[in-house]
Amino acid sequence: MIFLNFFISGISLGSIYAIIALGYTMVYGIAKMLNFAHGDVIMVGAYVCFYAISRYGLNPFVGVALAMLVCTLLGIIVERLAYKPLRQAPSLAVLITAIGMSYFLQNTALLLWSSNPKVFPSIIGRGSFKLFEGALSVSHVTALTIATCLIIMVVLSLFISKTKLGKAMRACSEDKGAAQLMGINVNATISLTFAIGSGLAAIAGALLCSAYPTLMPTTGSLPGIKAFTAAVFGGIGSIPGAFLGGIMLGVIEIFAKAYISSQLSDAVVFGVLIVVLLVKPSGLLGKQTQEKV
Amino acid sequence: MAKSKTKYVSIPSTTILPERDASREPVLKCVNLGITLGGIKAVEDFNFTVGRTEIVGLIGPNGAGKTTVFNLLTKVYQPTTGTILLNGRDTHGMNTMQVNRAGIARTFQNIRLFKNLSVVDNVKAAMNNDMRYNMLSAILRLPNYRREEIAAHRRALKLLSIFDMQDMADVRAGSLPYGAQRRLEIVRALATNPSLLLLDEPAAGMNPSETADLMDNIRKVHEMFQIAIILIEHDMSLVMNICEGICVLNFGHVIAKGTPDEIQNNPAVIEAYLGRRKEA
Amino acid sequence: MTMRRLINLKRVEARRIYLTYGIVILAYIICQTMSSTKFLSSSMRGMLVPICAYMVMAVSLNLVVGISGELSLGHAGFMSVGAFSGVATAILLQKVLPFAPARLAIAMIVAAMFAAFAGFLIGIPVLRLKGDYLAIVTLAFGEIIKSILNNFYMGVDSGGIHFSMLTDTTRLLKGGRLIIKGPMGISGIQKISTFPAGFILVMIALMIVFNLVNSRSGRAFMAIRDDRIAAESIGLDITKYKMMAFVTSAALAGAAGALFAMNYSTIVANKFDFNTSILILVFVVLGGQGNMLGGIIAAAVLTILPEKLRQFSDYRMLLYAIILIVMMLATNNAEIKSFLNRLNPFKRREEAE
Repeated sequence: MIFLNFFISGISLGSIYAIIALGYTMVYGIAKMLNFAHGDVIMVGAYVCFYAISRYGLNPFVGVALAMLVCTLLGIIVERLAYKPLRQAPSLAVLITAIGMSYFLQNTALLLWSSNPKVFPSIIGRGSFKLFEGALSVSHVTALTIATCLIIMVVLSLFISKTKLGKAMRACSEDKGAAQLMGINVNATISLTFAIGSGLAAIAGALLCSAYPTLMPTTGSLPGIKAFTAAVFGGIGSIPGAFLGGIMLGVIEIFAKAYISSQLSDAVVFGVLIVVLLVKPSGLLGKQTQEKV
Repeated sequence: MAKSKTKYVSIPSTTILPERDASREPVLKCVNLGITLGGIKAVEDFNFTVGRTEIVGLIGPNGAGKTTVFNLLTKVYQPTTGTILLNGRDTHGMNTMQVNRAGIARTFQNIRLFKNLSVVDNVKAAMNNDMRYNMLSAILRLPNYRREEIAAHRRALKLLSIFDMQDMADVRAGSLPYGAQRRLEIVRALATNPSLLLLDEPAAGMNPSETADLMDNIRKVHEMFQIAIILIEHDMSLVMNICEGICVLNFGHVIAKGTPDEIQNNPAVIEAYLGRRKEA
Repeated sequence: MTMRRLINLKRVEARRIYLTYGIVILAYIICQTMSSTKFLSSSMRGMLVPICAYMVMAVSLNLVVGISGELSLGHAGFMSVGAFSGVATAILLQKVLPFAPARLAIAMIVAAMFAAFAGFLIGIPVLRLKGDYLAIVTLAFGEIIKSILNNFYMGVDSGGIHFSMLTDTTRLLKGGRLIIKGPMGISGIQKISTFPAGFILVMIALMIVFNLVNSRSGRAFMAIRDDRIAAESIGLDITKYKMMAFVTSAALAGAAGALFAMNYSTIVANKFDFNTSILILVFVVLGGQGNMLGGIIAAAVLTILPEKLRQFSDYRMLLYAIILIVMMLATNNAEIKSFLNRLNPFKRREEAE
């Protein structure tokens, strides 16, 4: 039963990683860049949500919606101002710009909201479901997190495979030039991708802080890096890969904390990543590309 | 340069070699070579022998599998079936680097130079395996570093001078004009001391006078180094002029082998290029 | 043809190399004079050694990123391996070798060896990967090294050296000393790093990297960077040369870590985290990939800049972020670049030529 409890909290944490990883993987798929500022968008989302609920007493779900709106706009603005001018630049320059953007968001947050940790109110209360006569308890937050992740996953998959915009996104990720020639507005599609990724980050922020209620300007960094790892783990650019990678990473992390050592859990997580990449150099579900000679 | 007809003789094991190479072991012998790429048999039953100093053309329509054969020989792809004997040695299990050390050098259809290195450094990079000095000699600039670097530099310039490129030695390779880039690729390949040189469309994108120069250069290389050359080329004047033997591929199969004259009059080849003549 | 001719052929490169040595020497003489005449503020004086360490980090990372063309996001990991092994060595030698400069030198050599070994171990898996996957694995290794050092205990007593992981189970005899204390790191370090030592290390790093780049190994590094498939086709051993660059770079980073650590009385593993790796990468990218002088200048400027921005107190890291973004946009956007070039009369003339 303890094992099952750990397993469920692993899946819950993994669901949060998966939602964040979706943002990384979508942006990577389309813009071929590692958006290091993504983790900090989570933090911004969480702060907006925090203020909406705690200071203005709004309904938690209205708060989340507001956070999504702010993050979506933020994602679009960041892309326009910082990444779009570098579309032709070497990937390393874009990476450094993204890191600069990450510092920028963190330090803006520091000025606006100070470094004092805020206690995040859970968006769904602290209750829990008791199963098997109380032997297994699943908190509402955990249940909500897992459910949200599943819904996002299904909706996003349908969006990508069935809608016109989704097809445009896939076309841009294959070949931007050809997509443009086929009449797809590449810039708008990239903006859309950033918008979706950032909106999801806001949800992830609210869920993350409901489960781990300490909110600081650096709250987004480590989950950001972990989720990035999850995206690579599953095969960066692949949406099911991000989902799978996120869940597995969460489960491994919780098990490592429980059964190996809480101090070494990060080392274990990264160790597993390395082993996976050695066996499958482009991640679990990533496409193996061979250079044409 | 007047071209003398190569006399061919048949030797056992169902293959022919130029008379001058007949008594020597062939530089390359492929037996039933084949590869399946993405479920498609890109090359199948490729049987091919190249004499020690032969110039052979590998021709065929687009998508016939010519470059794939080069990629198999240089182990960019591992063959799914068959054997490659290089100087009598089975190259099974070797990778690209080891095949080069065993004697195959190549150029690429889409030029692959070291763009940010100078012309001479492109050539010297290819001489790496001739040099012996170690990291410590390099860092401390020991005498053997100086000696070997000077020798390599001299040899690189000499090789460049074959193609009249010694004056461009310090130019960045990426900023060379197109034709010069193609020539540099050949020089770089030669610098590895190959016994078999593979040229993948050396005349692509060249005008007729450049092609004529290239032809002279290939002959010159052949005479100077006495090596075997296989070349893939669409320019038939070049192929017919320079090649002693020709092998025609279509849909991954060899459809004809022989001297230029034989190939020119081979109905299967004409069909592959022009299509079947409508029955009148 | 003589060696002189050979160097002449590479006039431009050679000039850049001598310029780099020259500027570093000049900068050292100026700083040393200013420092001894009390012209430098004490906060600036305290930054001289870290600046040297960061310069060496920039030069060493440039060997991987600029010359070999592989993105590494875990370079601080090698710095921490060097810092911990170097400081531990210096402490162990304290009684045997009272002469501080010799102790520092030995500590740096040991640090370089440990870091090189770590680089070798990490290189085995890492170098089989490509591009962004390689980057993420270096990041992962940086974090793993940090986690391990955060949980590592080492002590010495009359019975020899004892290690343990996670908790302190070294059970030292009386009179023994616990040197590495897990998350507490190492404290009570004798500050034996000096500015001249830093300068010498920078010069050695430059010499190693420049001479390596202008040798058969360097040509191989760059050939593999420019075109991996062509490099294989001319018989270059990709794994060997990638490993060589990676290990050399790690060794230099290790020495820099030792220099850096012995400038402080306490050192903890968390100092060498992902942000430090990124900071060093920023030096390299801002200075220009493959451009050693650029990296060195960027390291100096970006170490001093946050200090100088201190008057803006709360805004300083924000300004730093903005400067970083603007610099990247200015140096990489074609339109902005051509706009800047139009403003610059020298550049315009160069282009006209």
